[in-house]
Amino acid sequence: MNPFSFTQAADVDAALTQLAAGARPIAGGTNLIDLMKEGVMRPGQLVDINGLGLDKIENGPNGGMRLGALARNADTAYDATLRRRYPLLSAAILAGASPQLRNMATNGGNLLQRTRCYYFYDVGTPCNKREPGSGCPAKEGLNRQLAILGTSEQCIATHPSDMCVALRALDATVHVRGKNGERDIPFADFHRLPGDQPQIDSTLEPGELITHIDLPDADAFAGHSAYIKVRDRLSYAFALVSVAAGLDMDGKTIRAARIALGGVAHKPWRVEEAEAALAGKGADDAAFGAAADILLRGARGYGQNDFKLTLARNAIVQALQTAARGTKYATGEQR
Amino acid sequence: MDQHQEYPIRLRINGQERQFAVQSWVTLLDLLRERAELTGTKKGCDHGQCGACTVLLDGKRVNSCLTLAVMHDGREVTTVEGLANNEELHPLQQAFIDCDAFQCGYCTPGQLCSAAGLIAEGEAKSIDDVRELMSGNVCRCGAYPQITEAVVRVMGLDGSKKAGEGEKPFTTGPVLA
Repeated sequence: MNPFSFTQAADVDAALTQLAAGARPIAGGTNLIDLMKEGVMRPGQLVDINGLGLDKIENGPNGGMRLGALARNADTAYDATLRRRYPLLSAAILAGASPQLRNMATNGGNLLQRTRCYYFYDVGTPCNKREPGSGCPAKEGLNRQLAILGTSEQCIATHPSDMCVALRALDATVHVRGKNGERDIPFADFHRLPGDQPQIDSTLEPGELITHIDLPDADAFAGHSAYIKVRDRLSYAFALVSVAAGLDMDGKTIRAARIALGGVAHKPWRVEEAEAALAGKGADDAAFGAAADILLRGARGYGQNDFKLTLARNAIVQALQTAARGTKYATGEQR
Repeated sequence: MDQHQEYPIRLRINGQERQFAVQSWVTLLDLLRERAELTGTKKGCDHGQCGACTVLLDGKRVNSCLTLAVMHDGREVTTVEGLANNEELHPLQQAFIDCDAFQCGYCTPGQLCSAAGLIAEGEAKSIDDVRELMSGNVCRCGAYPQITEAVVRVMGLDGSKKAGEGEKPFTTGPVLA
C-alpha cells in the first residue's frame, strides 16, 4: 500500500471539508483497501467516515424505508422490517460477498465498489477505466465475466454489486451531500454506462458523500419476489448473471412487474418496456420469455462471454417463475 | 500532513488492554501478527477471498486483512488465541478435533472465529444455512464436510447428541439447474 495520511471525521460537515481537500472517504474499506494493496487506487489522504452516525435503518418518507449509507450490509439484510417488506433486497445482499465482508461493508460503499474486471485490477495491463486512453484488452481477452449490454469501444466492465440490482428494481433514491448542499439521485441515474469516459462509474460528483438510500413503498411486490444469481460456484463468487424479479399479482394475472439484471452491464440493467409487456398477462413461460427478449435487446458477446446471452434469458425466465410461486424467505441465497 | 505519521491506538485483544503506535497503512491482521505477536490469525490471500484472517471485532466476524488498525481505536478484538477458557477448549475447538475438521490446519483459526461469529449471529437454522454462512472461509484441503459437521454439532442442528448416532449424511447441496 502507498503511504497516506489519515483523519477521522466526527460529522458530515467535517467529512466534506476533508473531501474538498482531496481526501477519499473510507467506511467498510473492503474494496478500497484491496484496490490500494494492488496499486489500482493510490489516495494520498483517507478520511474515516464511520463516525458520522449515518448507520440507521428506519422508516422513510411516503411509507418506505431509509437505509443509512454507513449501515452495514449484514445489518441491512437482516433487519426484521426490511426482510419482511423488501425480501428482494435482503436476498440480493445475502447473495453477495461473504458473512465477514457483509459485516464490514456499508450500503454507501456497496454502491461505489469498483468493477472486478481482471484488467482493471492488473496494473501491468492497459485499462481505460484505470488509465484513460490506455486501451481495453478485455474485448479480445479474458471477458468471460464481462458485459453484454451497454458496452462501449472503451470498456466492457460490469458493476459487481448484487444489492444494487435489487435497489434498481425497487426504484430506490440515493441522497447525497456536497459543499453546495443536498440532492437526490434516482437509482436509474446513479450508475452510468462507460461510453467514452469509463473511468467514471457514477454520477456522484467529487466532494459529494452518500448520506442515505430511500426505498419507496414496494409492498405490492413483497409477496412475489426472487433474486437469482448464477455463478461459477454455489456461494461467494461474483455473478455471471443475476436477476432481481418482483411481481405484483392479481390472482393469476400480473398487475405489474419489476426486473433488473446484474453481471451483464456497467450498471444494473432494467428495461421498463419489458415490465410493461408483462402487465395484464398470465404468469407463464411465453410471457416471461417475451419479457426476457425485450430486456436483452441489443445484447452482444465478446467471445468468452457469448454464453451469457442464453444464460441471461434462462435466468430471467427462472427468476420470474420463482417469483410467481411466491417469495421464499432465505437466510442465504435463494436457490 | 505527514503520510508516515504514527497514530496511537488502544485495543482490547482477548481481554487484555494493549497500546500501539501504528502507521496508517497497517492492517488489523498485520498488527495482530507482527505487533501483538498473535500469529494464530493467518494471512492467506490478504485480499478478503480466503477468510484465514477472520477475527471477531466487537463480537462480529470480519476479515482482518481488509481493515486498517488505525480505524479501530478503543475496540475489542478476539482472535483464535482468545477462544479457549484457559486450558479448557472452546466447544468449537473440541468439535473440530472430534470431527477431524482440518488437515493442514492453516484455515482453522479463521474457520473457528468465523463459526463463533456465525453462532452469535443466530441466522443459521439448518445445515444448508451453516454451509452457506461458512462460505467466506476456504479450506484447500477440502475438509468442508467435517467443518460443517463440527459446527452443526455445536449448534445442535444435526439432531444427534451422541457422536455417530443418527447423524444425517452430508451432501454437497443442491446445484442450480
